Amino acid sequence: MLELRGLTRRFGAVTAVNEVTLAIPDGQMVGVIGRSGAGKSTLLRMINRLTEPSAGQVIYGGREITALRGAELRRWRTDCAMIFQQFNLVQRLDVLTNVLVGRLNHRPGVMGTVTSLLKMFTARERAMALAALDRFDLAEVALQRADTLSGGQQQRVAICRALLQEPRLMLADEPIASLDPRNAKTVMDALRQVNREDGITVLTNLHHLNTARQYCDRIVAMQAGRVMFDGTPAELTSARVQEIYGVTEDEFEVQAQEAVNSAARPAPTTTPGLALA
Amino acid sequence: MDAALPLTASAQAAISRGEAAFQAARRQRRQATLVYGALLLACLLVAAWMSEMTPQALAAGLPRIGEYFWRILPTLRWEVLFADWETEGSLAGWFYRLDKWAWLIFETSQMALLGTFLGTLIAFALSFAAARNLAPTSWSFHLTRRLLEFLRTVPEIVFALIFVWAFGIGPLAGILAIILHTAGANGKLFAEVVENAETSAMEGVRAAGGNWFHRVRFGVLPQVAPNFLSYALLRFEINVRGASVLGFVGAGGIGEELYHVISFNYYEEISAIIVLIILSVAAIDMVSERLRRQLSAGAVRG
Repeated sequence: MLELRGLTRRFGAVTAVNEVTLAIPDGQMVGVIGRSGAGKSTLLRMINRLTEPSAGQVIYGGREITALRGAELRRWRTDCAMIFQQFNLVQRLDVLTNVLVGRLNHRPGVMGTVTSLLKMFTARERAMALAALDRFDLAEVALQRADTLSGGQQQRVAICRALLQEPRLMLADEPIASLDPRNAKTVMDALRQVNREDGITVLTNLHHLNTARQYCDRIVAMQAGRVMFDGTPAELTSARVQEIYGVTEDEFEVQAQEAVNSAARPAPTTTPGLALA
Repeated sequence: MDAALPLTASAQAAISRGEAAFQAARRQRRQATLVYGALLLACLLVAAWMSEMTPQALAAGLPRIGEYFWRILPTLRWEVLFADWETEGSLAGWFYRLDKWAWLIFETSQMALLGTFLGTLIAFALSFAAARNLAPTSWSFHLTRRLLEFLRTVPEIVFALIFVWAFGIGPLAGILAIILHTAGANGKLFAEVVENAETSAMEGVRAAGGNWFHRVRFGVLPQVAPNFLSYALLRFEINVRGASVLGFVGAGGIGEELYHVISFNYYEEISAIIVLIILSVAAIDMVSERLRRQLSAGAVRG
């Protein structure tokens, strides 16, 4: 059971997430919807503490996540894998190594770090990675560089990486927003498969109401940092959407799409190492 | 997921196929590493042998470095440390020509500033033609690349000698030498920054019907400008150090004085000048580090 209690995040004068309280039982697939600036991303990122909450608590299995530090915090991040809108793979490394990144925090001690820096993974770890890749029809591209794959393939590689963490939760921040409809379907199918077959709790931000209705057990609708709706897909009717957001469902999706586009800023170009004369 | 989980036959097959491919790729990589590693080691050994860099030579020479440093240390006496410059053993006595040296160091940094600025301008003008992804034609690419190579491989001091012969003794010769070296060094670095730039913006400008200059101005420059500035500031620091030895051949700045006191074995004066150079370079380093940090912060915001 994942519990959020009065979770709040302020950026200066702006309150991005305002006193969110939710209880999510293990094994549920939850969709979080909302418009630009509704606080969906911030909410998700506070759960694995890529963003620190200003107030409130995150509790999982009776443990206070918001109090964790150092190695404990890293162990928690391993427990709740994250899927990003832009996949966040290491483009210049091969797919297999990208997936093995999910094992890094499972290699204890100094020697574990040293051997992983030398990319010395065991045959068993490689077998795990290949099995995960095979599950999503990616075993044949294991030795290709990540940047040679399509967006849909890259996102499924990211799901494989997440699976190798052997997580209990999976947080997906707009996982299909950068994909075409066909690839979006394969990625959503993969997320549902992970949820149903592995029993992993999935929390995903989505901007298509129909996608959320089709895939999720439960939908949470946010508006200006607050939870305005929390219920089953059947309960989130068009009338309800209009009541919450004051616009029709089509208009809502256009506005949510804007949120996605503003989130998809290109990554800053890297400075090549300053060569000294 | 784990070995405990029963895997289907097709998954088993995929794993063993993948593992075999991985092993083959790793074997190949290891062979390549071995071959090129051995080659590199051989080159290094030849280099060490040619340049007589042996452990014995190092062991023999190292103590003498310490001895030189010991010699150039000033003999300061605590009780007269803050006395006037005519007193033996005072700080003022150590830096007894501070006014002249400070002026010379100021002149040195002015040479570096002017040389860096003009050299960077030339580097900027040439770098786009020297970038593989932007060079208009292959011959212009090779021509500019070779020119830049020539400019940065001829040692600054050699350029300085030529210019002293042509323009006479003084800072002008030094400035010209710095300009040429800076153009060569920064031109190459700039070209590489341009080569690493994202091509999508360039394509956008091209698709809008823009010519080569439009592509450079709108497709590339906004991306690379922060890196260019950061390299230019770095070069300024390097040039201050470089300019302080150009005076050895009469090309202006503190170098001439330094050469003079070194060759006449005025030990205390050597250390005094070196301390001044270190102080001024550190000051410039700190200022430009600050500037650079502000620039890169601005780049992230913008």
